[in-house]
Amino acid sequence: MNYLVGAFKLPCNIFISFADGRIRKQVPLKKENGKTVMVALFQSQESIVGEVVIEPVHRKKVEHNGVKIVLLGQIELYFDRGNFYDFTSLVRELDIPGELYERKTYPFEFSTVEMLYESYNGVNVRLRYILKVTISRDYVSNIVEYQEFVVHNYTPPPSINNSIKMEVGIEDCLHIEFEYSKSKYHLKDVIIGKIYFLLVRIKLKNMELEIRRRESTGSGPNTHVETETFAKFELMDGASVRGESIPIRLFLSPYELTPTYQNINNKFSVKYYLNLVLVDEEDRRYFKQQEITMYRLLETS
Amino acid sequence: MIADGVEDEEKWLAAGIAGLQQNAFYMHRALDSNNLRDALKYSAQMLSELRTSRLSPHKYYELYMRAFDELRKLEMFFKEETRRGCSIVDLYELVQHAGNILPRLYLLCTVGSVYIKSKEAPAKDVLKDLVEMCRGIQHPVRGLFLRSYLAQVSRDKLPDIGSEYEGDADTVVDAVEFVLQNFTEMNKLWVRMQHQGPTREKEKREKERSELRDLVGKNLHVLSQIEGIDLDMYKETVLPRVLEQVVNCKDEIAQYYLMDCIIQVFPDEYHLQTLDVLLGAFPQLQPTVDIKTVLSRLMERLSNYAASSADVLPEFLQVEAFSKLNNAIGKVIEVQPDMPILGVITLYSSLLTFTLHVHPDRLDYADQVLGACVKKLSGKEKLEDKKATKQIVALLSAPLDKYNDIVTALKLSNYPRVMEYLDSETNKVMATVIIQSIMKNKTRISTADRVEALFELIKGLIKDLDDAFHDEVDEDDFKEEQNSVARLIQLLHSDDPEEMFKIICTVRKHILGGGPKRLPFTVPPLVFSSLKLVRQLQGQEENPFGEEESTTPKKIFQVLNQTVETLSNIPAPELALQLFLQCAEAANDCDLEPVAYEFFTQAYILYEEEISDSRAQVTAIHLIIGTLQRMHVFGVENRDTLTHKATGYSAKLLKKPDQCRAVYACSHLFWVDDQDNVKDGERVLLCLKRALRIANAAQQMSNAARGSAGSVTLFVEILNKYLYFFEKGNPQITVAAIQSLIELITTEMHSDSSTLDPAADAFFASTLRYMEFQKQKGGAIGEKYEPIKV
Repeated sequence: MNYLVGAFKLPCNIFISFADGRIRKQVPLKKENGKTVMVALFQSQESIVGEVVIEPVHRKKVEHNGVKIVLLGQIELYFDRGNFYDFTSLVRELDIPGELYERKTYPFEFSTVEMLYESYNGVNVRLRYILKVTISRDYVSNIVEYQEFVVHNYTPPPSINNSIKMEVGIEDCLHIEFEYSKSKYHLKDVIIGKIYFLLVRIKLKNMELEIRRRESTGSGPNTHVETETFAKFELMDGASVRGESIPIRLFLSPYELTPTYQNINNKFSVKYYLNLVLVDEEDRRYFKQQEITMYRLLETS
Repeated sequence: MIADGVEDEEKWLAAGIAGLQQNAFYMHRALDSNNLRDALKYSAQMLSELRTSRLSPHKYYELYMRAFDELRKLEMFFKEETRRGCSIVDLYELVQHAGNILPRLYLLCTVGSVYIKSKEAPAKDVLKDLVEMCRGIQHPVRGLFLRSYLAQVSRDKLPDIGSEYEGDADTVVDAVEFVLQNFTEMNKLWVRMQHQGPTREKEKREKERSELRDLVGKNLHVLSQIEGIDLDMYKETVLPRVLEQVVNCKDEIAQYYLMDCIIQVFPDEYHLQTLDVLLGAFPQLQPTVDIKTVLSRLMERLSNYAASSADVLPEFLQVEAFSKLNNAIGKVIEVQPDMPILGVITLYSSLLTFTLHVHPDRLDYADQVLGACVKKLSGKEKLEDKKATKQIVALLSAPLDKYNDIVTALKLSNYPRVMEYLDSETNKVMATVIIQSIMKNKTRISTADRVEALFELIKGLIKDLDDAFHDEVDEDDFKEEQNSVARLIQLLHSDDPEEMFKIICTVRKHILGGGPKRLPFTVPPLVFSSLKLVRQLQGQEENPFGEEESTTPKKIFQVLNQTVETLSNIPAPELALQLFLQCAEAANDCDLEPVAYEFFTQAYILYEEEISDSRAQVTAIHLIIGTLQRMHVFGVENRDTLTHKATGYSAKLLKKPDQCRAVYACSHLFWVDDQDNVKDGERVLLCLKRALRIANAAQQMSNAARGSAGSVTLFVEILNKYLYFFEKGNPQITVAAIQSLIELITTEMHSDSSTLDPAADAFFASTLRYMEFQKQKGGAIGEKYEPIKV
């Protein structure tokens, strides 16, 4: 048994660490197995600097055909499992072919890396960044170690941020006018607005505001659209009447939202909608959906 | 079905309480372990129980109160939490993450209360935010309770003047603004209840609404307690805003309740100074609102205010409270054409009470009110509505009660015009009230004008107002009424004969139309009252100024003659006769022979033509004789005529005993003690002898008819007459005559045929005893009697 274990056991341990690992911000990342780990957070144009430590086990000699580190940005579509689309792939050779006898440290640096896309973990798609260290070997499988990290890209507040204002209704039944103060929100923003009732002829029971995320993957006939409701926020209890206006104040911070992604490498897009739902006494739902743009504002804390 | 509903409700309430308590338990645990997250979670769950729609307001209140107690604990916790370093701003945001709105807002209000206390933000901003956010609850019951929670927690945190939350400038405005807004929203919700749900449950809904009304009204109460609201502010902001809401909500229940609330919670002084505005709202209310009650209460309050201190009276004058109220009432009536007449009268009645209290000196005001009332009543038939009539009686009684003096009320020219609208029954009641008031207060009504007015008022008692129903009147009641009129007539008095005469004429004018049933009651007091005047004049002697039109007894007698004559026409001949005789006697005292003679003539005519009943005749003849006996004005000729007639009548009476008695009574006509010229002994004797003859005849008739002689009473009576004249010194009455009469009587008594009559025996015996006594007395009388042998 021991032999067997020893045979499959990797001959060396690989540790990947970032140079500023101690001070760099860590964010939670949900792994495939459901566990959440804390990983380093980067943004585009940052230099990713660190070192790789390779430590042979039991001081055994490890022969290799070279050691390299790759920075991978990949998109994984779940319905197309196993196929990763690498939109970024940067390689740094760490060592020429040779033999490793003892613990060896390789510094690496990817300077000002272009990482346009943010890490994303959706229903049907995942976008992630990985540092992959490979020790190539002949005849036996390569020794590989991964280190994931997260990329968030910050956007300055938009210069134009119009309110969303609209009058909708069902003829002679229900006419409302609603207004959201902005069309673009950052992730910790507050949605402020109001609903003004112009005509109410149906017996309303309540009204709620939903935040929905529409994740669309693939393209053409293979497009998969998945819509998730993130927040169900009750705005009104009971039936309003003509002339009433109901305030909206919805804090976005409790919800795990991401920015809007228009078109990520032609593979997927993520959009957010505010869905105003009016429910009548027979549980019929009347709704109006409005797209909002989410962006990530650099937190100044 | 309904019972089931109640049972179900109990069940739901129990379930709600159970759920609430369970979550409260977890919340307490979280509080104890300072676990904010759990505290928020469980408190939100706990508050979710309040989201139920199944409970009636009454039951919902029970649930709410429990939640309220729990929220107090939560509030304490929040306070401690901030002391431990948790930012109140964060907390304020944190509670807003709750997905369900009702728990969210309860929590928000709770944190908001802590927020204000922390003074990290101006109270006004927090309050504004809270009251604005609460709009999310549009369900009436839940909204009302939530907002009442808000009102409750904010009550002691308003940025009022002198409060620790007072801000920099115009801070009271913010406090007021907050309360007003909360009030407005609550009222809207409350009104909305009315229009939700099926029509058939209208009654139930209205009941539920009335259970909730105090939640709404409480806001007004809070407003009234804000120190910073001075008169100006009340006038400029508070009242107009509140009224705007009241008027615009167009809801009957709300308008009624809130108007009343306004009147009750704010100080009288404010009401007085803002009467314009306040009253301006009334005509704008829904036509079905019971304005009369509300307005009445306002006036009642103002009256009490006026009564509280004399210092405030100038204020009333200054703001012209009366004319404003009057106008307002006019307008209200105008815009509510369907208002029942009862409402109208109630309004005027209250206004009258008000003006009587506040402006007791301004009779013209009171008259104006009555005038307006008349105007409104005019064009209508007599009132059918019992309540309305009652109200009119109250209206009319008010001035009487206030002034305790009908004289004042008589100055109100519209007073009688109002009375015209009462049905005859009520009219009588009112008239009785008036008379009673006069009697109670012993009011002196001493001018003809007033008497005229007074009788105009009580004409319901004086004459039949409508021909329709007077047969239903209870005899006793009628007598009672007429007696009171009679008493009233007696009370009318003026020291000035001129005036008194005028009064008499006025009264006469009125009562003559009273019809046969009333005249017997009303004429006698008038006659006596006139006679009283006559006697007064007689005392004064002929008027010293010699003025032409001055009242003379003669004139009065003329009037009297005509008055009494009416009685004979009804016919009430006996009464007329008596009154004629009374008049004659008065004329006698005035030395007016022709007048007296005339009266006697009238009496005789009546006797001859109208009085046919023998019993009445007997009574009448005795009256005539009695009166005539006392007359001293007559000359020999007149006297002879009259006495002759009287004697003649006496002899013609039907029954012998009556004849006999009348005839011996006539004897007095010829012998008047204090009149020397009337001492005709011969004719006295003649009368007595005639009486004896008749007595004899009576005896014989009795014998013939019944086989036994009648009683000797008549003889004894005649004997007494003999004795009388004997004593008076009539020379024609001799000892012999008396002697023989005594013997006659004795014989009669012992005769076989005589019937036993102990009374007659006793009478005779005592007569004899008297004679014995006189004899023993000695002196002149004794000597006179001496010869008579008993």
